[in-house]
Amino acid sequence: MSEPLIQVRGLRKAFGRHRVLRGIDLDIPAGASFVLFGPNGAGKTTFLRILATLSRPTSGQVRVAGVEIGDNPEGIRQYLGLVSHAPLLYDDLSAAENLRFYARLYGIPDAEARIKEMLERVGLYHRRRDLVRTFSRGMVQRMAIARALLHNPPILLLDEPDTGLDPQAAEMMTGLLRELGGSERTIVMTTHHLERGLEIADRIAILSGGTLVFDAAASGLSYKDLRPLYDRYVGTGVA
Amino acid sequence: MSRYFHVIAAVLWKDVRTELRTKEVFTSMVVFAALALLIFNFAFELRIPNKSLVVPGILWVTVAFAGVLGLGRAFIAEKDKGSLAGLLLAPVDRSAVYFGKMLANLIFILVVEILILPLITVFFNVPLITLPLLLILLLGTIGFAAVGTIFSALAVNTRAREVLLPVLLFPVLLPVLVAGIRTTIGLLEGDPLSDHLNWLQLIAFFDLLYLVVAFLTFDYVVEE
Repeated sequence: MSEPLIQVRGLRKAFGRHRVLRGIDLDIPAGASFVLFGPNGAGKTTFLRILATLSRPTSGQVRVAGVEIGDNPEGIRQYLGLVSHAPLLYDDLSAAENLRFYARLYGIPDAEARIKEMLERVGLYHRRRDLVRTFSRGMVQRMAIARALLHNPPILLLDEPDTGLDPQAAEMMTGLLRELGGSERTIVMTTHHLERGLEIADRIAILSGGTLVFDAAASGLSYKDLRPLYDRYVGTGVA
Repeated sequence: MSRYFHVIAAVLWKDVRTELRTKEVFTSMVVFAALALLIFNFAFELRIPNKSLVVPGILWVTVAFAGVLGLGRAFIAEKDKGSLAGLLLAPVDRSAVYFGKMLANLIFILVVEILILPLITVFFNVPLITLPLLLILLLGTIGFAAVGTIFSALAVNTRAREVLLPVLLFPVLLPVLVAGIRTTIGLLEGDPLSDHLNWLQLIAFFDLLYLVVAFLTFDYVVEE
């Protein structure tokens, strides 16, 4: 059996005396769409930030494509695209300038063609010269997706990407992620929105109090099945 | 290696481009520097027996305090807008991000200096715009931007970040400030630059030290 694309063993993270992750073990195969549910403060963002090499684990191992992330963080970052509730864009640069900047960071060859392609795919090519500060929240999040996929990363990390979006914009974003995600790309998404998570997932897990309390395939699992499970593990939180 | 320099250039381009549009940092630095000089001018008017002893202090203190305003914004804006993570996700050694930011800060402070030098010349009637003095100022500013950028990154994750930056920065910057002021005094008194080579070497040594330490520690400073 081939090694999973992302392998997590005994992952712990503490901020001072506050333990956020308390020993996570997880395997995510290549091409999977893995959705991590959990209430606020469960440790979802911390988990994703460690995968993104933005945060250092207190202990434990995280391997991406067989490489321990601490051994080659620069190499690992080439594999990753991140969409979070913060768009990681610059308000005072235009849409095209933002993508041009990220294209230079990632050393993308033939950057202008790729920028045009990505802006067309997220439906913002006609706004390429406009400053991002003039965009609606939904448009900014579409830009964030274009930014994250600009270098065509095999792994897409999504940290509650629908935060602050109205239902229509969130629906559009989920569709866009399904379309642009592709079957080859591995998606790791955190959310506390059960229905939206299930739309993308082929595997789900629930994180509560820094511990993985549920981990299963999503096939055949409906919102009606998941809701009581979620409530049982984390209580009747917002979902 | 060329990717490393591309990232430095990209971060520099982004910061300069953004600043040219907003003029947020630059305006506050220039206005602060001009006001400080005006206050110094009124405070010391007619009471300076030897201007060459006072003006260097005025110059370096004004640059230092105006510079802190700009340095403070270097990472605060990134952090507040949530874009810092985007920079840190670049698939290169993170010190490239540091050097891009440091060069942008260096340019902003140098431009402020270019603007305030004629002001000081007019206010205090001393010839500041000479090649040796500009060289000293450039060397001192490199050290200032080098250590200021790393401390700006360090302070950004703290609650009292606006206060913490000058508190951390000025004690470490002291050797450069003292050497800069001493050399400027000498040059204004008519000494040739060769008389102050030891101060010049001290500034260059600290510039190098700050840059090397920042290069080695930036990754740890910005990572949680």
